[in-house]
Order: sequence, then C-alpha cells, then structure tokens
Amino acid sequence: MTVELLYWEGCPSYPEARELLEDVLRERGLDVEIRVTHVATKEEAIDLRFPGSPTIRVDGRDVDPAGAEEPPSLTCRIYYLPGGRVSPVPSRQQLEEALA
Amino acid sequence: MSLTLATEAPPFDLPGVDGRNHSLDDYADAPILAVVWSCNHCPYVIAWEGRMKALQEEYGDRGFRLVAISSNDAENYPADSFEAMQQRAREQGFNFDYLYDEDQSVARAYGPERTPEVFLFDRNRRLVYHGAIDDSREEDAVSSRYLRDAIEALLADRDPPVRETPPVGCSVKWKG
Repeated sequence: MTVELLYWEGCPSYPEARELLEDVLRERGLDVEIRVTHVATKEEAIDLRFPGSPTIRVDGRDVDPAGAEEPPSLTCRIYYLPGGRVSPVPSRQQLEEALA
Repeated sequence: MSLTLATEAPPFDLPGVDGRNHSLDDYADAPILAVVWSCNHCPYVIAWEGRMKALQEEYGDRGFRLVAISSNDAENYPADSFEAMQQRAREQGFNFDYLYDEDQSVARAYGPERTPEVFLFDRNRRLVYHGAIDDSREEDAVSSRYLRDAIEALLADRDPPVRETPPVGCSVKWKG
C-alpha cells in the first residue's frame, strides 16, 4: 500500500491532515510510510494533478475522488463532510474508507 | 506588514457586490467597524461565514458594521472573481457589504495575510483588535470568541480583553 500526502505551505491545514492521517493509520494497525510531497509552484501542481492542499492518495487513488477532479491549483482544498459542512481536511471516515 | 494596534483605518473606496461603491467614510456613523479580509474559495472562510452573518445580525442594531473585502487574484483563482463574489453573496444571503479590491491596494494598506482576518476599529477608527474571529473553525469547539468579546467591550466603553491573535485561514492570493 502506498500513502501519499501532498501539500502546499500557503494553506495551514497540512499539520492537521498529517496528524489525522497518522492517527487513522495507527488505529488500523497499518505500518505504512507516508510519502510527503511539498507542492511549491503552479507547474508542479499541474504535473502532480494537485487540486489543492492537502491531497491524500492511497495506492494512487484520491481519498475524495470527486474533489480530485478540480483543476490543479495552489489553494486550500475544500472537503464536504456529512451534513454538508465544509472542512479544509478530509473526514476521518473518508480516510478510513480509503484505507479499508 | 499588517496595521499595528491604534493605527487609523486606511481609507478605501471599493465596488460592492450590490453594484455600488463603498468607502470608509460611508461607515462613519457606525461606532464599531470590522473590516474582514475574505474570499469565496477558502474553506476556512466558508467555515466562519455563518458566524460573520450572526455577528452582523446580533450587533447591527447597536452600531456594529462588518465589511468583507476580497483582494484575491481572480486571474489565478477564478472562484474569487467579482461575478463569483456577487453570486456567493446572493446564495448565502450576506447581511454585510462584500467589496472587491481588484488592484489589491487596500490589502497592501491593511496588510492582511489570511482569509478570514479581522481588523476591528473603534468609533475613532483606531485599530483595537486584529486577528481571528474566534479560536476554532469548528463552531462547536469554540472556547474564545475574540471578535464578539471585543465588540462587547467596545459597547461597554472598555478595551477588548484580547487585542491580537494569529489569524487562521488561506493565504491572501497576491498578484504576480
């Protein structure tokens, strides 16, 4: 299993996303190294198909496939939580489902 | 560099989503003025937007005015175009003015780094509070309501209990 975490430093959500991801991995007993990539330029965002920060992929698949379709951009990514609330990080449930 | 406490509010005259221009002088009758850097596309702004509306609703009849300004580069962030701002204000039923600082000159004068970021001015238009609206984007988890407490203090002719906090949100999207 490969787990990638891509982030842009202009968005403050990276530490929270990493902590949440590590917590879910630990909880599920998965000893997986997180491949962290800092996306710094618009060109890198295009090359990496980076729709915003943070982006988390498991075996190459985005934990929020719908959001992955957004155009590449150096921006904070929007995640939609159950009930329609908006969050700058994916939900625990999204991560758990992606790692199942 | 952001405005420092006690600094006078820099003037502005910007188009609003209501189709009219709004200047700092237009708010001269308001004893308390919050200028909030904002935008459309940022999840942090979206998370706090409801609280911005609630504050305007709750304190509007006591002279509080909240003005949101977006200075983001709409070329690289089309979700923050003026047309998109008008649409968002309509859809969300904003009860505050939402202004577009297209050339970013007002942002350069105030020096915001994040959206949302609050600059709160007293009746003399001196900066009395600068920073976050409160201490959590999750409304259920809020324990310190910085902006609300500052408004309450000004209404009681006191200094805000907290004068500066680090704003949390998306970076302002500068041009170039």
